[in-house]
Amino acid sequence: MSQSTPGPQPALLYCHCQYAQVVSPEVKAAVLKKLCESNLPFEAVPDLCELSARRDPSLKRLASAGPVKIAACFPRALKWLFAAANAPLPLGATEVLNMRNQSANEVLASLFSAELRPNLPEGKVTLADAPVSSAAPTANQP
Amino acid sequence: MALLDLPLRVVLYEGSGAVSVDADSRLAAVNALLERGFAVTRAGSERPLAPADATPLLVVGRWQEEVPPTGEATAKIRWGSLDPTTVADQAEAARAEFSAPTPGAWRPWFPVIDYDRCTNCMQCLSFCLFGVYGVDDGKRIQVQNNDNCKTNCPACSRVCPEAAIMFPKYKAGPINGDVVSDSDLNREKMKIDISALLGGDVYSLLRDRSERARSRFGKERDSDKALAERQKCLTKLAALAGDIPPEVLMSLPSPEEISRKAAEAAAKAEAALAAQPPQTA
Repeated sequence: MSQSTPGPQPALLYCHCQYAQVVSPEVKAAVLKKLCESNLPFEAVPDLCELSARRDPSLKRLASAGPVKIAACFPRALKWLFAAANAPLPLGATEVLNMRNQSANEVLASLFSAELRPNLPEGKVTLADAPVSSAAPTANQP
Repeated sequence: MALLDLPLRVVLYEGSGAVSVDADSRLAAVNALLERGFAVTRAGSERPLAPADATPLLVVGRWQEEVPPTGEATAKIRWGSLDPTTVADQAEAARAEFSAPTPGAWRPWFPVIDYDRCTNCMQCLSFCLFGVYGVDDGKRIQVQNNDNCKTNCPACSRVCPEAAIMFPKYKAGPINGDVVSDSDLNREKMKIDISALLGGDVYSLLRDRSERARSRFGKERDSDKALAERQKCLTKLAALAGDIPPEVLMSLPSPEEISRKAAEAAAKAEAALAAQPPQTA
């Protein structure tokens, strides 16, 4: 398990998982409400899966911002969703809070904690050992 | 519209030159934008934000002056009002003006490969009849055609011996990205053994059942009765096949087409495997 790391304040990223009903609406609502009440800057995206599917360049922007805490779903899924868009997350500087199996209070406590606890699965740090995606982004865009 | 057109991003600006808004208004604005599929950045000075990129922006705020403090609109920036009741419509207008992609046009259901687990065995490529998988220049498996994937169908993840294929919007682990346990791996292997016992070709099994069901429907005169029967059969078939959606089963190509596609996929997989460097023990 990675150790918590002191350093610059992490950026905050929230995924609304807009196109599926797999995250509890109550958890999402509570997390987003507190984020909006916090006066902290944050990024909120409708659906990280959709961004990954179309290799959205904003994933590179989000992954290159330094330390980051992401309120979304499973760390393993997040690691490879970003990688699939050729935008690998920093392995030692990413903490994923899982709104699918953590309570809103647990997610919020970690999100607003001064500590960053990196929790992406260890393994191949970047895409160096994995194929760089040459896939076309989804064509189902108008 | 080009596929790589950049999506619009909306920035909620509450810094110098604009007044801060109350938390309820901020939440209402963010919610309205997310539900219409727009990414939102809430700007501030306390923590870093991801750096700017070439994404077209709509910057909304409650401006102290009539003109926003940072000046006129540029080619990639439009200014608006941080009004929760109109902010999503403003975003729609800016999106249209920039010809940015329309979000939410496709439900994002597609496989995501966990390369920490993948052994490049090509079973997924051999199995998928819809051309979702391919290989890169280095003969490594990759997802090449996301939008060929059948929504809600996790079948390829079930043939992966390493549980390396995820569908993040799937209901249960490890397919949804949850940690893979030893019991998960044993279960996956058991499924492959079961399919082998049943004839070694899951698609053949599904196709036969689907054909039998279709044949039965053809004999029905009453369309309502036929539909009811069809739904009953598909429900049963879906239960037998795991959680493969009935519409996927019914959209399987003809037996001849399946044979042709399966042969093509197998040949691609075999070629990719043959091109791999020999494994050292």
